[in-house]
Amino acid sequence: MLKIENLHAKVDDKNILNGLSLSVKPGEIHAIMGPNGSGKSTLASVLAGREQYEVTAGEVVYNGKNLLEMSPEERAREGVFLAFQYPIEIPGVSNANFLKTALNEVRKHKGMPSLDSKEFLKLMKEKMALVEMDKTMTQRSVNEGFSGGEKKRNEIFQMAMLEPKLCILDETDSGLDIDALRIVANGVNGLRSSDRSFVVITHYQRLLDHIVPDFVHVLYKGRIVKSGTKDLALELEEKGYDWIREEQMIND
Amino acid sequence: MTQVALQTEPKDFYLHEHGIFSALYGSTFPEIREAGINAFRTTGFPGVKHEEWKYFNLSPILQARFAIATPAVVPGITREMVSRYKVAGRDALVLVFVNGIFRKDLSDMKESRVVAGSLLNHDGRKYLGTAGDLNNEPFHALNNAFFSDGAFITIPANENVEMPVHILHLNDSRSQGTVSFPRNLVVAEKNSQAQVIATYHSLNDSEHSFCNSVTEIFVHENASLEFDIKQNESVKAFHIGHVYASQQKNSTFNICTVTVGGGLVRNNLAITHADTGCTSHLNGLTLVGGRQVVDHHTVVDHAKPNCYSNQLYKSILDGHSHGVFNGKILVRKDAQKTNAYQSNKTVLLSDDAVMNTKPQLEIFADDVKCSHGATTGQLDEDALFYFRARGIGEQDAKALLNFAFASDVIEKINNDSLKSNVLHLLSEKLHAQIEFDLD
Repeated sequence: MLKIENLHAKVDDKNILNGLSLSVKPGEIHAIMGPNGSGKSTLASVLAGREQYEVTAGEVVYNGKNLLEMSPEERAREGVFLAFQYPIEIPGVSNANFLKTALNEVRKHKGMPSLDSKEFLKLMKEKMALVEMDKTMTQRSVNEGFSGGEKKRNEIFQMAMLEPKLCILDETDSGLDIDALRIVANGVNGLRSSDRSFVVITHYQRLLDHIVPDFVHVLYKGRIVKSGTKDLALELEEKGYDWIREEQMIND
Repeated sequence: MTQVALQTEPKDFYLHEHGIFSALYGSTFPEIREAGINAFRTTGFPGVKHEEWKYFNLSPILQARFAIATPAVVPGITREMVSRYKVAGRDALVLVFVNGIFRKDLSDMKESRVVAGSLLNHDGRKYLGTAGDLNNEPFHALNNAFFSDGAFITIPANENVEMPVHILHLNDSRSQGTVSFPRNLVVAEKNSQAQVIATYHSLNDSEHSFCNSVTEIFVHENASLEFDIKQNESVKAFHIGHVYASQQKNSTFNICTVTVGGGLVRNNLAITHADTGCTSHLNGLTLVGGRQVVDHHTVVDHAKPNCYSNQLYKSILDGHSHGVFNGKILVRKDAQKTNAYQSNKTVLLSDDAVMNTKPQLEIFADDVKCSHGATTGQLDEDALFYFRARGIGEQDAKALLNFAFASDVIEKINNDSLKSNVLHLLSEKLHAQIEFDLD
């Protein structure tokens, strides 16, 4: 599904990723953890194609294709989905209108016919239930005036609508209270399938109580320095990140 | 185009043409024409240092030597040619004017409680030529001097009319660059309610043309009138328009001006609250590129207490286009408890587009609420990325953001047909593959 090899990336002349490698197979959930500033969000941005980030070395192969050569919209149409850490508010475009446009672009790319309004509404209703969204949220402008929790739910709702193959969740748990966290996690779990993979980026272990990963990786100074199972996340929760830092200092 | 005309000063050219014009077509509206040409003779055209005109380069208009539109019927225009401009909906009563002259044969006259037709067939004397100040508005004076016909619309007292009235103005410069002098008179009598839409188009895009229009609107006690304008002329067309609205007690006047066409466009809008309890909404949407220039000058004259006005002008400027917004709010000494707001927002799509904005508040009363604001910026890169990250192509993502920016102005148009026409135009102008939807 996804193979990241020796990825180096910088933003504003500052090196953030320094040789990151990661391999994700269909159906797997990988958690990426790490202290602040370790490059977690940069990884998400690079995978989604944000132009401010410059890849200086390495490669990313997604379903046999060179992901780094694709525009952001091509990646999305090919099934890469980034759930944003800070979803943007866009006054003037309704959520429903936005999603209908996006969905039909993705369908067009797959050679599928556009959905008409009736079919779209039916699909929307079905997926709204997944993240306990009410109808008014879809009628409002994209994320405008949404609470932190509503924004994150809206990301998962969009994910459910677009049915991507590779879902990247960038700190989806940040700013969520325990109820919102449960709703978001349930939404994600409802989308798990044997051909859909997840990269869950998080600072805290608590999200992983709800979305149980197959693998946990620790990102430090732009590289994965430790990989393990979900037990690694528990260890991090217990000990913090300092022991990783100490280990690295010894290795360096 | 004669040798003599080329050598004359612009002012002398029009005075000379007026002599010929009067001799040939002298008998219509004699007092108004006389007052017009006299005022124009005194003032001439505004100079480059004139405060009201300093961002607007008049010289292409003044240097051109247009043929003066005459009352003669222009041949060779069919209903089919006009049908694409009929954007007010199938139910609308449509008055078609070619170079300012009413064309019943091209119009859609319908049974309506509105009195609508040519100024030549109705008595507008009580109102016609009463608005504005000729000594300060040379183009208005020029229209007075040369107009031969116009739209006459009266909404009788107590009538709430659903059927919109569409005044459709065509400038025909197919054989030669022509200056036309369209004229509209709209009277909403007491307790009446209606919508009037005026659109401006040109029938060619190879010759320069000039549309010099004047619209006089009178909204009586408790009446409510929506007047929408769509300007979609060729990029070789020049347009200078004056719109005056005079409001009586507890009346409402809403206007939305959508400008997508025209090479040099100047819109002068003046609203007077002549009695208490008036409400006005002034909205504008400008979407231009290339070397287009669009200049909106608004004046809201709050003369009496307890009135409300709200202006929202938005522009999307691409290429080397140039936008101007000059919004004046005058609150006179008696006009206590006035609420007057103004907002001008612009998106610049290119590094070469320019916007000049100038709020002008003159407040002589002490118990009022007035505000103004102006923003000029570019499309939000983060929002653009958000759309693209969901599979929407870059061009469409930009178009969607522009659409989002413009939507609160478009939403204010109370005519579904015109609204969808504007949305379609927007999508076309922004080269979007997707069609927009308001919901």
